[in-house]
Amino acid sequence: MKELSLNILDIANNSVKAKAGVIEIDVSESENADIVSIDITDDGCGMDEHMLAKVTDPFVTTRTTRKVGLGIPLLRQQAIDTDGHFKISSQPGKGTKVHADFRLTHLDRPPIGDVASTVVSLIFASPDIRFLYKHKTDKGEFMLDTQEVKEQLGDIPLNEPEVITWLTEYINENLQSIEGGKI
Amino acid sequence: MKSLEELRAIKAKMQNNVQLRGVEDADSVIRVVVGMATCGIAAGARPVLNKFIEEVQNRGLKNVLVTQTGCIGVCRLEPIVEIITPTGEKTTYVKMNADKVSKVVHEHLVNNRVVEEYTIGNADK
Ligand SMILES: Nc1ncnc2c1ncn2[C@@H]1O[C@H](COP(=O)(O)OP(=O)(O)OP(=O)(O)O)[C@@H](O)[C@H]1O
Ligand code: FES
Ligand SMILES: [Mg+2]
Repeated sequence: MKELSLNILDIANNSVKAKAGVIEIDVSESENADIVSIDITDDGCGMDEHMLAKVTDPFVTTRTTRKVGLGIPLLRQQAIDTDGHFKISSQPGKGTKVHADFRLTHLDRPPIGDVASTVVSLIFASPDIRFLYKHKTDKGEFMLDTQEVKEQLGDIPLNEPEVITWLTEYINENLQSIEGGKI
Repeated sequence: MKSLEELRAIKAKMQNNVQLRGVEDADSVIRVVVGMATCGIAAGARPVLNKFIEEVQNRGLKNVLVTQTGCIGVCRLEPIVEIITPTGEKTTYVKMNADKVSKVVHEHLVNNRVVEEYTIGNADK
């Protein structure tokens, strides 16, 4: 993927497919520690040990339209290629956690890219899922909880265009204030 | 700096505006479906989806419903977008990008003219 934010969208879409009610997206970037890390946690259907053991193998998928799943193997490869780490854990009926980190100064590390656009696409497609998005830098931390947004909006759906536009600006403004998403 | 309280103003404004989507007649809805499997995302589906959302809002197209789906089936032609009219006619656009989206919105969604050159039927010509 050209941007890590696209991997986030793709991995979070697995959580959507797993019927998650809550999806947490944590992004952390630190020049001091020379690391970018991504954690995506869901409370969806999870996977059993057998599936989990195979899931980083690109020939594993439960999809029916083609024989290989690409999303997880791709993220894993990108992490490993940049001196980083990948970890996935899951429990059937409980949920799944995916972790990937990358060496920030590694020449092959993709840019973080447009995380606001990723988060907003996710909310737009699944307004009923609660998204918790946290973004941390050396300068500070920002969090968006769509539950809090919903409390303000009452019966107005999260995916109304006006709301989506507002959310995009809100995320970008907050990212700017912690100098996030620029690397 | 924006604060969550601003959402209340948006809410108040929208409640005055009776034309909320639910009020629309389901029989007149045009559906725009963007393929967002891994291969679609890698090929550029996210900016395509976002451009549809933006154009539909800017033009106030209340009868258009933008949604996403997983795999549509032809990786090398991603990003793929399907447009389904209220009568069930389906057009498949391939190798989409933001500029093509603007044209499709103007021609197909507003003026009801299929943009033949971007359709799957013309993909290999
Ligand atoms: N969060 C999750 N919860 C439950 N199952 C998951 C989760 N993430 C992945 N899986 C399982 O692992 C499989 C492989 O995932 P992967 O993202 O690699 O490929 P895919 O989603 O099948 O296809 P694509 O190439 O479009 O991503 C999925 O089909 C699904 O069965
Ligand atoms: S996986 Fe590529 S089009 Fe479906
Ligand atoms: Mg996937």
